[in-house]
Amino acid sequence: MAVKFGKQSYKLSGRIYINETACIVGPREKEGPLGEYFDQVEREDYGEDTWEKGEAHYIEATFNKLMGKISLDTKQIDCVFSGDLLNQCMASAIGLKNSNVPFLGLYGACSTMAESMLCASLCMDSNAMTDTIAITSSNFCSAEKQYRFPLELGGQRTPTSQWTVTASGAVYLSCNKSGAVEELKPYIESVTIGKIENYKINDVNNMGAVMAPACASTILSHLRDLSRTPDYYDLILTGDLGYTGSKILLEIMSMHGNDISTRHNDCGKMIFDSASQDTKSGGSGCGCAAAVFTSYIYKLLKNLNLRRVLFVATGALISPVMVKQGEDLLAISHGISIEI
Amino acid sequence: MSDNLDKLTVKQYQKISDSNSGKSNIVKNCIMAFIFGGLICTIAQGYSDLLASKPVVRVIGILDEKSIGALTVLFMVFLGSLLTALNVYDCIGTVAGAGSIVPITGFANSVVSPAMEYRSEGLILGVGAQMFQVAGPVLVYGTASSVLVGLIYYLVKI
Repeated sequence: MAVKFGKQSYKLSGRIYINETACIVGPREKEGPLGEYFDQVEREDYGEDTWEKGEAHYIEATFNKLMGKISLDTKQIDCVFSGDLLNQCMASAIGLKNSNVPFLGLYGACSTMAESMLCASLCMDSNAMTDTIAITSSNFCSAEKQYRFPLELGGQRTPTSQWTVTASGAVYLSCNKSGAVEELKPYIESVTIGKIENYKINDVNNMGAVMAPACASTILSHLRDLSRTPDYYDLILTGDLGYTGSKILLEIMSMHGNDISTRHNDCGKMIFDSASQDTKSGGSGCGCAAAVFTSYIYKLLKNLNLRRVLFVATGALISPVMVKQGEDLLAISHGISIEI
Repeated sequence: MSDNLDKLTVKQYQKISDSNSGKSNIVKNCIMAFIFGGLICTIAQGYSDLLASKPVVRVIGILDEKSIGALTVLFMVFLGSLLTALNVYDCIGTVAGAGSIVPITGFANSVVSPAMEYRSEGLILGVGAQMFQVAGPVLVYGTASSVLVGLIYYLVKI
């Protein structure tokens, strides 16, 4: 059973192995600096006639790809924890409707990959489940349609705006390590459940500034709860703060006595080359953290280039209705400590 | 705000956020808007002059100024719609900014782009209901303010 530390953190008593990962990305992501690490590249609509069906296809294909890699029967999967950015988690529902696996839909905006892995690992550490899959997706076109303007509307982006990543990433979590006996596999060591933060930034084109305090809050809580310093980790990997949010995060962290500048990186900064790809402040969307973690970071962990990673995916809890009704823009961040 | 960030007040944060958030380059954007907006207007003027030119007059006859104006507007709306349908207008907009939003081609773009986007939700609830998602407020308040101005003009004339 997981043991609670401090207010927000839980140390897992058993080892929850990240046995395998899979990810499928769009063309722009493939052209980015991490292009070579992704499993597969597909068109943004994945050959479907609507963006929403295209995103659902990404989830379905990523799920099937992962199942193919682990050569397990779907009957052996206790639950799939899935989330996306669309209304009522539409892409997850459509994408997994034929999976025949118990399904829990989650919404944590861009924090969903950490949220799904966090929920899965706590369910597994309670001995209720042994094998689960955590999966998320986002799609540039369907996200633009839902949150912003029609795709073909001509306009300019502000320097703080972020580009929604078209990708889906999945992890297979198990209480039992797969593969050869001597082969090491990364495992989830502890988790920190974030609190909603509201620092009254009301610019929908500056999600980095909306999210940075939530991210700092979760990292600080994680370190304090588990009596750790930032140098415990080889990498503190935040999800989707982009260039603007990352700068702010470092500033808030040093204000609170923790300098993380030497070991911090952000998925939103890593996935695109902002200068040549004109993605302004960087990538965003729950497919961003999922794609970067399941490809590049997972590989670094498996090759022992990284031994301890704090994965902190952060999301803005907003809906277009909230924005129109003048509500404050809220943010949440969840942390997962992964070791090998 | 939670107790995790005890050293950060909302007021302080607004300053931190402001100082770290890059601003749009207004001078560059204005220059681009000037060039592209001017270019679009030049195309319209060129078309209008063409309609009044001798070879065209020989074919379609002499048009009065009002008809030439109306035909030019039609042509520009067609051009804006065509470039939107060909996925080109949004690329122009990335560079041109207000230069491609303000002219009537931008208005065409703001009607055609949601029509394309919501085609997947059907002709009635998709295209029909969503087509004026962007341009609707302009039409509503444009019409309302023209009525108001007309009324004032009428009263002033009396």
